[in-house]
Amino acid sequence: MKVGVLMDKMDQDHILEVQDLTVKFLMDEGTVHAVNGVSFVVPAGKSVGIVGESGCGKTVSSYSITQLLPKSARLTGRILFRERDGQVTNITNLTPDGKEMRRIRGKEIAMIFQEPMSSLSPVHTICNQLSEAMLQFQGMTKRQARTRAVELLQLVGIPYAERRVDEYPFQLSGGMRQRVMIAMALSRNPRVLIADEPTTALDVTLQAQVLRLIQDMQNEFNLSLVLITHDLGVVAHMVDHVCIMYMGQIVESGPVKEIYDDPKHPYTKGLMNSIPKLRGRRGERVVPISGSVPSAYAVQTGCPFCERCPERSKRCTQGIPQRVKIGSEHYVCCHLYQSGKEEQDVINA
Amino acid sequence: MDPNLVPQPELIDEPEVLQDAEARVFYATQWRLMWWKFRKHKVAMVAFAVIVVMYLGAIFAPLLAPYRADERHRGFVYVPPQKVRFRDEHGFSLRPFVYPLEQEIDMQTMQRKFIEDPTTRIPIHFFVRGSSYKLFGLFETNIHLFGADGGKVFLFGTDDLGRDMFSRILYGAQISMSIGLVGVFLSLLLGLFFGGISGYYGGAIDNVIQRIIEVLRSFPTIPLWMALSAALPPDLSPIGVYMGITIILSLIGWTALGRQVRGKVLAIKNEDFVIAARLSGTSEPRIIVSHLIPSFMSHIIASLTLAIPQMILAETSLSFLGIGLRPPVVSWGVMLQKAQNVNTLMMAPWLLIPGLFVVIYVLAFNFLGDGLRDAADPYGN
Amino acid sequence: MLSMPDDVILQVTDLVKHFPIEAGFFRKKQIGAIRAVDGVSIAVQKGKTLGLVGESGCGKTTTARAILRALEPTSGSVLFRTREGIVDMARLGAADLKKARADMQMIFQDPYSSLNSRLPIMDIIAEPLKSHGYPKAEREERVKELLELVGLRAEYARRYPHSFSGGQRQRIGVARALALNPALIVADEPVSALDVSVQAQVLNLLLDLQEQFGLSYVFIGHDLSVVRYICDQVAVMYLGKIVELADVDALYEDPRHPYTSTLLLAVPDANPHAPWRQDTVKGEVTGDEREIVGCSFAPRCRYAQDICREKTPELQNVNADSTHLSACHFASEITLEGVS
Repeated sequence: MKVGVLMDKMDQDHILEVQDLTVKFLMDEGTVHAVNGVSFVVPAGKSVGIVGESGCGKTVSSYSITQLLPKSARLTGRILFRERDGQVTNITNLTPDGKEMRRIRGKEIAMIFQEPMSSLSPVHTICNQLSEAMLQFQGMTKRQARTRAVELLQLVGIPYAERRVDEYPFQLSGGMRQRVMIAMALSRNPRVLIADEPTTALDVTLQAQVLRLIQDMQNEFNLSLVLITHDLGVVAHMVDHVCIMYMGQIVESGPVKEIYDDPKHPYTKGLMNSIPKLRGRRGERVVPISGSVPSAYAVQTGCPFCERCPERSKRCTQGIPQRVKIGSEHYVCCHLYQSGKEEQDVINA
Repeated sequence: MDPNLVPQPELIDEPEVLQDAEARVFYATQWRLMWWKFRKHKVAMVAFAVIVVMYLGAIFAPLLAPYRADERHRGFVYVPPQKVRFRDEHGFSLRPFVYPLEQEIDMQTMQRKFIEDPTTRIPIHFFVRGSSYKLFGLFETNIHLFGADGGKVFLFGTDDLGRDMFSRILYGAQISMSIGLVGVFLSLLLGLFFGGISGYYGGAIDNVIQRIIEVLRSFPTIPLWMALSAALPPDLSPIGVYMGITIILSLIGWTALGRQVRGKVLAIKNEDFVIAARLSGTSEPRIIVSHLIPSFMSHIIASLTLAIPQMILAETSLSFLGIGLRPPVVSWGVMLQKAQNVNTLMMAPWLLIPGLFVVIYVLAFNFLGDGLRDAADPYGN
Repeated sequence: MLSMPDDVILQVTDLVKHFPIEAGFFRKKQIGAIRAVDGVSIAVQKGKTLGLVGESGCGKTTTARAILRALEPTSGSVLFRTREGIVDMARLGAADLKKARADMQMIFQDPYSSLNSRLPIMDIIAEPLKSHGYPKAEREERVKELLELVGLRAEYARRYPHSFSGGQRQRIGVARALALNPALIVADEPVSALDVSVQAQVLNLLLDLQEQFGLSYVFIGHDLSVVRYICDQVAVMYLGKIVELADVDALYEDPRHPYTSTLLLAVPDANPHAPWRQDTVKGEVTGDEREIVGCSFAPRCRYAQDICREKTPELQNVNADSTHLSACHFASEITLEGVS
């Protein structure tokens, strides 16, 4: 495919850029606007977290990057990926099942999921599943691939790797399976790792171990990480940059410390105030966000959060707020910050 | 922290902005939701319509059929299906008509043949008077939907005794299509009972019932049917045979249903809402009636629908083999007995038309069952 | 006569629940047992909340269900103070059990499977009232009152569960549990299936109800932040046993069992400045530990000595006023890190 150099411009330091992505699903019951104009960047070697509650579109966004959406999905916008040679590929222009896309999924962008059992085949040994990509993309012999598979298992901290490599996924515990998933992702030597709720199904001690493993792997292989989760605790410790999603939009994004220390969007503030802290003082009440997430079929004319927002005003129902820059890398989508026209820095105009 | 920020429960409530459509869904019972979901399944809807039409046909058979099922027409043996026409060389006629038939013997093959005589038309009239019958066994009447004036009309031809196939198929539908329903209803009772206690109480009872089911299912069905129907007393009236066959079919047919019920009960009895009911002090019979049965009934109805074709196929096979219903009872299986002989079939292929109805009926129920199965759990999304 | 201290509403002593492992085709023979709950003793104070925490498979849900007798306990006693006196839940006959359960109800984890989707909300909440013989008019009045109590509109009573979000469903579950005015509610992970922003709604509702009606809770949880928020006392479970039990602040700030410390430090707090230790424990529960002699945490414990592999530690007092118990041989010798 031809790379439109002018069209698909992206910052030299960025490995992945998502620009004005929208995804809708055409269902019998109506159209679901799962993602509504989402833009974010992943600088090479850095980690970005996408946080939101169920149904906010975080998983759909990540599936768009690897074109794993079901057929009923309609996608617009651009997803730019920087190849090893510096060229920029617009992933949205590739056919989902085509050779190019398979190469990107196989070698460049790896994914790990919440439930490892659903992405591991129950009828093949771990060795077979691990070596698949090596045989296909890296031209290894079977023996080389097996040796590499054992190495990978050792790398992700699986004891008795020589023995375990010939076992089937159901013989492993949940934590071990997630490690195998990570090993599988690494077997492709990827440059971007997308982790979709990688530890949600795990207990807290295992979660710590698996997240530690992801961090180690990121440092060792200079991976860029996109971490998708609903857990504000995990994000606080795992990523450099965080995007808060609500109803298909990124309502606030910025460096993780800035967002946690000084949240600007009422939704972000609400989230921060609604979760009990491990180091919280007794008797101090958390403040819930009122109401519940609106129906996915609802058509939005105003700010998606306005119904639940404690700081809403009339204008909130009258138009979707634009993205405003309020810090060097801190953006927010809220009418509260839209007053000064000079400050306005709409990225995707 | 400002104590005023602590929300009162009233404040957490969402504002009441309901669309009509939403409100409709919010107050909908499970059956209504299932109907909405079922409606989207176009093939199943068509199948449903076909089945309704077929049952209406069976119910109104005496009215729709021009002749009685056992009415013989002398000189009209093996008449091929007649063509109903609106137009011939004399021009167009709004009233449909057929040509009279003349019998000829082919001197080379010595076979009888019927030749149409295009010089005269036999007009078809509607709501004509014919042989009398009781509609629904209640109203004595002699009105028939259609009939030929001064001649005969055999839409599907006649059989070896000169009986009108069209009329016989309609009357046969009454028997064939009801045996499925009655048989499945009996199987349902047996399946619910045995499957239900098997799943609910478990343990030794479950073990015994499961073994019985396995034994029943491991018999080859046709010899078993044959043995059981041989056990029916030979002097049984035709209606008695009908009941006997139905009972035999459901005695063997309940096992699949029993297993399904057991599986569903096992799955549902440990659902949290059943435990909640138990903790609420609800008695076990009430839990079964108000929680368990409504939860799996829709699934069971879907599989019942898929079981009805099995019943009619079983009846047809039994009757075809001569061990099921016997003449003078008219069923599709009994009619197909006439099509056993290859020579007769070559000469009168229309004797297979009852088979076509069996196929349509079975397919329609399978499609309907598919649609019902998809709709059986309306809470998927 | 059964007796227990006046301020105690529930006293569980030596509760055991074993699930038999059976084999055989026609005649099942017991060849072993999974010791899901292995001698748990806890007490819940009137108007207070006892938390039961631990990782999946530690037996906390089984404990909860055995307390309510939703599961038959293998042995042990569950003394419970009802309106009419103290009863042993583990030994009650069906009629008395029904009466006792009017004072002890449950809130479930999954707001979807805990409500029968085929019944309108009215019937769901009124079910306990109906089985305890309240007349129809009174039931309907009470259901409306309960709906408003949990922050839902009374006119929702005619709707079906599918019209509600997870958080609203959980409130309906709370309303059902409250229908008979119980004194104790066993809440089995009531917020872990809910979205972050909705969790707080349900947690605060539980706190408000406790304040208003003097309810006592047994709160099962795995999210340690939530447990800290809502509980007064916490028991930490590991493989069917309680390894530490203390007042919530004491347990979090000064844990006296290595497993508790491990758990606490592994939690990533929602604060990027807070420390987070990911390497406090190696390995995971494999299921084989249940057979080993000695402390079941020993294979993963960094402080384990020979004695830990030989002798099972008892749950013992570690402070003078016997409010802090730990099942560790070295509870008073090692210094453990907590969260402050």
